[in-house]
Amino acid sequence: MATLTTSAPRLAVPGVLRTRAARKLLLLALAAAVLVPLANARWASGSWPAALTVDLTAPLTRVSDWIIDNRDSHPLFLYFFGHVSNAVVISVRAVYLALLGLGWAGVAALGALVAWRVAGVRLAAGSAAAFLACGLLGMWVPTMQTLALMTVAVLASVATGLLLGLAGGLSDRLDRALRPVLDTMQVLPAFAYLLPVVLVFGIGVPAAVLATVVYAAPPMARLTSLGLRGADKEVLEAVESLGSTPAQRLLTARIPLARKELLLGLNQAIMMALSMAVIASVIGGGGLGDRVYQALASVDVGAALAAGIPIVLLAVVLDRVTGAAGERTGGEPARDARTAWASALGAVAVVAVAGRLAGVLDWPGGWSVNIAAPVNRAVDWMTAHLYSGVPVIGGTADWAGHFTTWVLDPVRGGLQWLPWWSLLLVVAALAWVIGTWRTALTAVLALAAIGVLGLWKPSLDTLSQVLAAVAVTLVLGVATGVAAARSDRVERALRPVLDVFQTMPQFVYLIPVVALFGVGRAPAVAAAVVYALPAVVRITAQGLRQVDPAALESARSLGATPWQQLRQVQLPLARRSLLLAVNQGVVLVLAVVIIGGLVGGGALGYDVVFGLAQGDLATGLVAGAAIVCLGLMLDRVTQPTGRRSEKGA
Amino acid sequence: MRIRGLAAFGALLLLTGCGAADMTEQASPFANAGGARSVTLSVQSWVGAQANVAVAQYLLEHELGYRVDTVQVDEVPAWDALSQGRVDAILEDWGHPEQQKRYVEDKKTISDGGGLGVTGHIGWFVPTYLVKQHPDITDWKNLNKYASLFRTPESGGKGQLMDGSPSYVTNDKALVKNLKLDYQVVFAGSEAAQITQMKQFAKERKPFLTYWYAPQWLFEQVPMTEVKLPAYEEGCDADPAEVACAYPHTPLKKYLNADFAEHGGKAAAFLKKFAWTTDDQNEVSLLIADRKLTPEQAAKKWVDGHTSTWKAWLS
Repeated sequence: MATLTTSAPRLAVPGVLRTRAARKLLLLALAAAVLVPLANARWASGSWPAALTVDLTAPLTRVSDWIIDNRDSHPLFLYFFGHVSNAVVISVRAVYLALLGLGWAGVAALGALVAWRVAGVRLAAGSAAAFLACGLLGMWVPTMQTLALMTVAVLASVATGLLLGLAGGLSDRLDRALRPVLDTMQVLPAFAYLLPVVLVFGIGVPAAVLATVVYAAPPMARLTSLGLRGADKEVLEAVESLGSTPAQRLLTARIPLARKELLLGLNQAIMMALSMAVIASVIGGGGLGDRVYQALASVDVGAALAAGIPIVLLAVVLDRVTGAAGERTGGEPARDARTAWASALGAVAVVAVAGRLAGVLDWPGGWSVNIAAPVNRAVDWMTAHLYSGVPVIGGTADWAGHFTTWVLDPVRGGLQWLPWWSLLLVVAALAWVIGTWRTALTAVLALAAIGVLGLWKPSLDTLSQVLAAVAVTLVLGVATGVAAARSDRVERALRPVLDVFQTMPQFVYLIPVVALFGVGRAPAVAAAVVYALPAVVRITAQGLRQVDPAALESARSLGATPWQQLRQVQLPLARRSLLLAVNQGVVLVLAVVIIGGLVGGGALGYDVVFGLAQGDLATGLVAGAAIVCLGLMLDRVTQPTGRRSEKGA
Repeated sequence: MRIRGLAAFGALLLLTGCGAADMTEQASPFANAGGARSVTLSVQSWVGAQANVAVAQYLLEHELGYRVDTVQVDEVPAWDALSQGRVDAILEDWGHPEQQKRYVEDKKTISDGGGLGVTGHIGWFVPTYLVKQHPDITDWKNLNKYASLFRTPESGGKGQLMDGSPSYVTNDKALVKNLKLDYQVVFAGSEAAQITQMKQFAKERKPFLTYWYAPQWLFEQVPMTEVKLPAYEEGCDADPAEVACAYPHTPLKKYLNADFAEHGGKAAAFLKKFAWTTDDQNEVSLLIADRKLTPEQAAKKWVDGHTSTWKAWLS
């Protein structure tokens, strides 16, 4: 969201790069010339050789059986997982009861006043309006359930993230150990690890909270560590010269100096947690997510949207408020701030008590607007008119058919036809040219791991969908990004649209997507494009806007046309941002292509869904592992050199 | 704030004590708010199951004064949740012999709640308008002749047999192979996607062949005819890889958490007696899925019209 920051573009020196890239490729070609004939002689097959796979079905089934048989009696569960689960239940319940106790007026007032103190009057009005809208949509109680769950999950993520971040920020060795783990967790699609969590904790809120923490803690950890490392050396020396102990230095200088990164981390944790709210409903998270999920079952887009809108509103408000907190520096004297906070909290108490006395704790049943019926009519109309038989351009069903036959099938066919070693080579070459030998090695090993897991073919199927979706996303995203970078008006108009699409739960638009594109891989690709587009647009626009104005000015004075300026000055200078956009696009697309298993995307996504639905650890976990490897490989292949510091979600 | 949050978390950990914490004793944090007695029901993803739960929920809330929470989970995880006491009852089970053996017979954490009164049947279906054009299409022996009708971009040159949610019981891949059919099983991945696709096909009057089941409300909107597969005989589906016969007719069953069945009071007694007919269920399902009533409104409508049926469940 507001955090897709890119560091200032560095000038690439094309000449040097070209020779360096050529040298890398030459080395790789030499290595290939030696290794490929060897590999080919030994395991001559197009697909991954069967001799090099490991079948994990039997051991994983044993593990799954053991967990089920011992879940109610083994000390590990009774004395460890049991307490974790208990703590989660009690905390969520406490927050939930507190929210219910405040009543709807109290909660809305609390939201508004906190927003006012942190971010000003406009956001205060916005957050009050958001809460009232949740009530009006008839979603008050589910919103409170989600809010309770989120509060606990975010607090736990922040605590975990802070601890990990402190460790990484203070010790170089721990930082080196943690980094690959955090990098991996960041590219992990949430769907992939729901199953093991469910197996241990069972369906319900504890599993949902823990899955959310796993998802939301890494950005916090990463940003904490970054903030601690980025502290101004001179300030630190000054503090040191005052003779303070390391602990004092940490508390009085390093942590306050990292305030901006910490708040950014909080912002990221909240955003990630909210995006998990719906996915967690698959494992019984309850709240708004469950409403979306149940609406999906009765093919009711309107009802899904009614539950999806509160999620979007919560996300936008929380993002703006935490973003504003991060940007605000200095501010008013402490005493004034304290009295203002006190009066704000006092006002909340007054409203809550008034609500209680007036007996309006629950949202009044009569005050609700039913948006489901009109939305469903609109969706029906749209799908009925666009599905087929549109003059000249054909219907969406025809497009989907053509896209499948002319793009997806050839790409999949090509990938599966390529000998396995040649794919490893291509990946190595791409990753090495763009990144370092380390990233190349990780990418190659990740791809090889997929083969070893025995999921070579389905993974390439998924990969073909990812590639097609990324291509579409980049074409649309860069074009829109360029438009947004050139005109403030376009950017302002786009902002709310991007916010909505970035935070809208994917489950809401799965049904319209199927109604338009039919069942299969095409709707999975379409959903992925919708989800990944906003990030790509944002990063592109931001990158183009950060291009040195002097360079543009000189190009303009030389009489370059706008198109020439764009092509020859802006795009080359924004190269790093564009690579970041590709990288983000790939990671986001992968996450949704997996969810595409729910609309006929097949391949790995279907395996994960199948594993979850049947409680089949062997299928689900292995497919999940393959997804992780695929994500790792894609991330490394698109990871520009030196991008290490930060990454938006 | 942050420190206080951490402290609170620590205090909670301390409060929960150092003894054993049995996860089966933990209910949902959203249950019982306001001190009400509560029951948690599992809703499966299909609308028939939503109808059962809607009516049971309505009666539990309005006649017996319980508070009802519902959780939507897939079938096998629902058995898990039932055994752990996360949910109190499953109202419509289509037969899970493995889970039944593990939880009902061996671990005794789940108890049999009797029949739902509805008989379920899975099969292959084609739309009735297609049968009018090709009357012999309803015999599996003729399916290969018509394979080209069912070709789609996803089926790779063969005919498409559409399957739904991965959580449903299916032998279709084995059936296609063992009956030597020129078809490709395409998984829609969820029932919602499958229904949406079927409706789109029906709107265009296009041919399609799909895995489907009865009772199901969609039959009212898209009339379909079953394709005859080799007749079902006891045990012909014993080996999943060798199946070459139709699906059985399954009397749908209810299951209750063993503890709840014993100590659940009126709610448990009510849920054990809850049983209705296919027509009743379809009536409520249609109100939900077709007329887009909320499950509660649909349940109220049915309850108002069938007093004698539900009075018997309460006695």
